Amino acid sequence: MNASELKKGEVATICQVEYSELQTKLIEMGCFEGNRIKRLYMAPLGDPIAYDINGYILGLRKEEARLIEVSVLSIGS
Amino acid sequence: MDHKEKHIVLAGNPNSGKTTLFNALTGLNQKISNLPGTTIEKKTGYFKLEGRKISITDLPGTYSIHPKGEDELISVGFLTNKGEKPIDLIVFVADAGNLSRNLLLYSQVADLGHPMVLALNMTDLADSKGISIDVEALSAQLGVIVCPVNARNEEGLPKLKEAILKTEYAHQKQFYDAAEMGENGKYPTYRQYLDAHLRMAANKTSEHTEKNHHDISKETTARFRKIDEILAICARKDDRKNKNITQRIDAVLLHPIYGFLAFYLTLFILFQLIFKVADYPMNWIETGFAAASEYLKAILPQGVLSSLLCDGILPGIGGVIVFLPQIVILFALLAILEDSGYMTRVSFITDRLMRKFGLNGKSVVPLIGGMACAIPSIMASRNIENKKDRLITILVTPLMSCSARLPVYTLLLSLLFVGKQDSWVDLRGLILLGMYLLGFIAALLFAFLFKLILKQKEKSFFILELPDYRRPRLKNILLTVKEKAGDFVFNAGKIIIIVSIALWFLASYAPAGRMQQIDDKYSAYPGDDKALKIQSEKLEVSYAGMLGKVIEPAIRPLGYDWKIGIALITSFAAREVFVGTIATIYSVGDTGDEQSLSKVLSVQKRADNGKPLYALPTILSLLVFYAFAMQCFSTLAVTYRETRSLKWPVIQFLYMSGFAWLMSFAVYQILS
Repeated sequence: MNASELKKGEVATICQVEYSELQTKLIEMGCFEGNRIKRLYMAPLGDPIAYDINGYILGLRKEEARLIEVSVLSIGS
Repeated sequence: MDHKEKHIVLAGNPNSGKTTLFNALTGLNQKISNLPGTTIEKKTGYFKLEGRKISITDLPGTYSIHPKGEDELISVGFLTNKGEKPIDLIVFVADAGNLSRNLLLYSQVADLGHPMVLALNMTDLADSKGISIDVEALSAQLGVIVCPVNARNEEGLPKLKEAILKTEYAHQKQFYDAAEMGENGKYPTYRQYLDAHLRMAANKTSEHTEKNHHDISKETTARFRKIDEILAICARKDDRKNKNITQRIDAVLLHPIYGFLAFYLTLFILFQLIFKVADYPMNWIETGFAAASEYLKAILPQGVLSSLLCDGILPGIGGVIVFLPQIVILFALLAILEDSGYMTRVSFITDRLMRKFGLNGKSVVPLIGGMACAIPSIMASRNIENKKDRLITILVTPLMSCSARLPVYTLLLSLLFVGKQDSWVDLRGLILLGMYLLGFIAALLFAFLFKLILKQKEKSFFILELPDYRRPRLKNILLTVKEKAGDFVFNAGKIIIIVSIALWFLASYAPAGRMQQIDDKYSAYPGDDKALKIQSEKLEVSYAGMLGKVIEPAIRPLGYDWKIGIALITSFAAREVFVGTIATIYSVGDTGDEQSLSKVLSVQKRADNGKPLYALPTILSLLVFYAFAMQCFSTLAVTYRETRSLKWPVIQFLYMSGFAWLMSFAVYQILS
């Protein structure tokens, strides 16, 4: 599954970022294999979405979140 | 002890508190200048340490040494540049609450081999997130001096300064062995590896791009692994102690309902302060300049110099200073929004909407700033990584009604309501708000058109860090305001003063003998209005009058005569010159007193049919013209600078002015 499919509060581990022109940018922002990602809230219009990337908040559009492949760890608080 | 100047560079991620640290170290000893050979701004400052002069350069924040946006390109160019003033030391500023991601850039800069000190900033925030860092262990792991600081209340600065003074050599550990990463020793140093990859990034063939992405992804992931290993030793995180302050505030400010309320409330307060509060000091300034002008006229001997000073220069300067309250308030408010972390939320909230119009959430900052002045706003578009989004933002930002249009609107609106004093305030304010909306709608409309027209392979994206909320610091805000207001007074001021002197000259002189003819014609004229008649006929034959007559055919369909034509021409240097020009033309020496100026204007008659010149159709047509027309050389110059091409300022000028002409034409023809 990818990061856009995470439910609010769900915590996952990042598996990989799909190859695209945004790949390096996303990895540099901390979306590297093995890092922790948690879905927080979305903007009032439903897009973009805010994620907690191992301790800081990153806003991504849905189409960018789709590039991040994740596997769910647990339902967080 | 070495007494030569030491040059240090501040590097770090955006939102790491770099600028706050820069302000804390240098105080008022800072200036903005251009990087040599370019027109890109850099901030430098200095301070003294044990008798030694330390100069600091503050670089724009960047996430990685592999640049994505214009901002990052500047920083990376500076860090790797060979021609610049040699870098003696890099102070790397890292957010202690978000160390893993901050250390990525640290590790890349460290591998370039400059001497380094690591300033661990925002330690208080890290505490509130339940993060504790073993500074000594971190220092041992990295091989550099690590100084915990809290730039906002200047904690830890003495230790940092000591480290700055005594670090002379690079002794940090190499992080990433470029030779090891499958290149078979092709790049013996990281610098060579980086140079090769920067060249690859510049060479946009798909083969190069793919290889570049592959290498950088591999490099970055390897760096992060190593950083995680180090942090496993040096940092502890206790989730139970994490107060999640930022997330709690976001729950309100990004809430589907409260979030929008908060956003509108912010805009509402912004407008109220700009229009209501700024009104008082603006009135004082106007009265002050009018009084000074009167006083000087009274005490100075009559003549060319006195006339130049009282009718040309002084009203010109007054016309600049009068905007200062609005500019100060606007920039202070924008600085507060920026400093507190709310501005990125505004981008986050509006991205979806802006995207539809070919813009980006990040375009909101320039657009809101465009209500003060397009010049700094266009420069603020640098953090939009996508070239097309950025270009469109630059092209449409000047459509936002900037503060220079405000006095023009104010004068024209007062003409609409001459003699209707009762509902004056309310209606005027309402139409004024409408003018701002008109600008915003036009900006969205043209953004959409440009989105359809401009071709761009690069995909639009929005990857934005939402930094922790922080209480804005007065010092940061005051420094920003000082910088921007100073910039406005000196840069815009220069143009306005030159234009007012030139205008005074053009309006006071005519081809040889013409002025004398008028004096002779009226020498025996008995009426009371002799002086006024002479003055207006002299204006008609003056150089300015000749210019106005030349363009009259082009503007007659909009409802303007040659006198307005003169004001239009001078407005092309800066819009606010309109008021002063009109005042000079109708010989109301005092630009400030709009009441009396509007009275003089309201009795002006058309030359052809004797009807009032400043009637509704002409006034509305003028309002629309000023809302849309590109009448600011400084903005065009900035567009040229930022796009590095003459094509875009020309397009900007043509589309805005063409649209203004068409719209004014439509308004005038429909109404009259």
